[in-house]
Amino acid sequence: MARAPYKGARALNVMATRTSRFNPYWLLVAPAVLLVLALYVAPIVNVLLLSVTDPKPGLGNYVKIFESDTVANLIWRTIRLCLITTAAAVTLGYVVSYAMLHALSHVRRRMMSILLISFWISVLVRSFAWLMLLGHNGLINDLLIGLGLISEPLPLMRNELGVLIGMTEYMVPYAILPLLANMQGIDPRVTSASRSLGASSAQTFFRVFLPLTKPGIIAASLLVFISSLGFYVTPAILGGGKVQMIAEYISVQLLVTVRWGVAAMLATLMIASVLALMYVLNRFMKLSVVFGGVAR
Amino acid sequence: MKSSLGGRINHIAAWLILAILIIPSLVALPVSITAKTYLSLPWEGVSLQHFQHLLTSPEWISSFGQSLLIAIVASALSTLLGTLAAIGLWRLSGRFIEAIRAFLLLPLMVPPIISAMAFYRWWVPLGLIDSYLGIILAHAILAIPMVVITVSAALANFDLRLEQASRSLGASLPTTLRRVILPAIRPGILAGAVFAFILSWDEIVVTLFISKFDVFTLPRRLWNGMRENTDPTVAAAAVVLICTTLVFLVGFAILSRKRGEEAA
Repeated sequence: MARAPYKGARALNVMATRTSRFNPYWLLVAPAVLLVLALYVAPIVNVLLLSVTDPKPGLGNYVKIFESDTVANLIWRTIRLCLITTAAAVTLGYVVSYAMLHALSHVRRRMMSILLISFWISVLVRSFAWLMLLGHNGLINDLLIGLGLISEPLPLMRNELGVLIGMTEYMVPYAILPLLANMQGIDPRVTSASRSLGASSAQTFFRVFLPLTKPGIIAASLLVFISSLGFYVTPAILGGGKVQMIAEYISVQLLVTVRWGVAAMLATLMIASVLALMYVLNRFMKLSVVFGGVAR
Repeated sequence: MKSSLGGRINHIAAWLILAILIIPSLVALPVSITAKTYLSLPWEGVSLQHFQHLLTSPEWISSFGQSLLIAIVASALSTLLGTLAAIGLWRLSGRFIEAIRAFLLLPLMVPPIISAMAFYRWWVPLGLIDSYLGIILAHAILAIPMVVITVSAALANFDLRLEQASRSLGASLPTTLRRVILPAIRPGILAGAVFAFILSWDEIVVTLFISKFDVFTLPRRLWNGMRENTDPTVAAAAVVLICTTLVFLVGFAILSRKRGEEAA
């Protein structure tokens, strides 16, 4: 206990410590925790349990991963699209972060505002925008035909390409925030030292800077991959029903065929991978840093 | 270094990528003022007919009002609960505190489709499907992590000794909260409220599952319109959605800049 300025206060403090076995600050935490517990975590557990009880108790739903080609293909397609999205978004994000690191501060602020705006524009609006751009009679095809570069419209959506374009564009800001946080923590004297010792700028980048950003690259990749796994709106709209990922498949299982068991099994797999990867991510970069950038 | 060729190429590439993050979303703007009745650029004339349709159609107006009401109440609720929780977590210590903090971040980490399944299944027996209360509760829960994060960030810069001084001079916890802590972290609370509002205003996946006829938010109507994919009214609605988000973000940026100047 800190030194109390005068006797009365000290007596009060002693009393406070003695009676406050129960810290009143718990009362502030309780409402949110209880609400999340009763109306969020309990329902999630309830749904996950369906994976071993619906339609009948047992691991029947999990066996489908190996027996049903549809389910196996679905899982594989989701992982593949998420991996490609991660590679593309982290590469593009690296380019932007690197430029932001070396930009003058007012330029960096401008770049940051653009990132935040794009981060907060709804996924629905962004998918809709790509729908207008990439469609059969979309603006890009119209433009290319108008310029005489192609005679037939290119198939830019209702396929995996369209879904990948939409997902990558959405994920670039997610990649940039952890990358930039990492790059800003690197002492600039390290690269100056490398240069003054005679290394070329390419050598300095590949042998000094790039290895130092490895934690940032890993954190950004994990964050993008985790967030991509749950993509629903973008594949549904830009895939045109032909590029189903797990989330869209779950919604069809619930709303059309009403098979909760399979949907719950897929949800269990998804939530287990997300939480496990989140745990790994937390080892490379504190989650407060990763998410802190989001809210800045 | 700054003027090197590599540096310049990097700079140009970065701006190109940033352009791709913003410009596609702006396509809704020209499409929304086309004179045609299908999605197209306004080459053959500009018209405000689609905005007029948006503003006179009872369905779109009702969706607009519903979204606004839901977002305001959900944002208020999550700001209240999230702020109190963040303050509590900041002053408590012990093994479980980090676990509780992670627990409160769950709604942000769990993929929205799984939240949607969970709410859907839980709301049916509670009679909350297709009700304002059901959607407001769901959105508020999804937004709590945003508020916890922004308020915790504000508290990290707050001098703990001020709280200790207030308490040891005899102020009760409610008084300390109201007179000492809350005024100091107001920017963080404001940020949390703004992000919670935008989150609810844009939310689609959970809303798709727990609303049917009575409650039909703006994103929900946009989603239906996009699946039909012909009517430029959808583009006009997208413009409204973007503008609302921008107004909130810019308003927030101006407010926090003003505060920064006052502090300096």
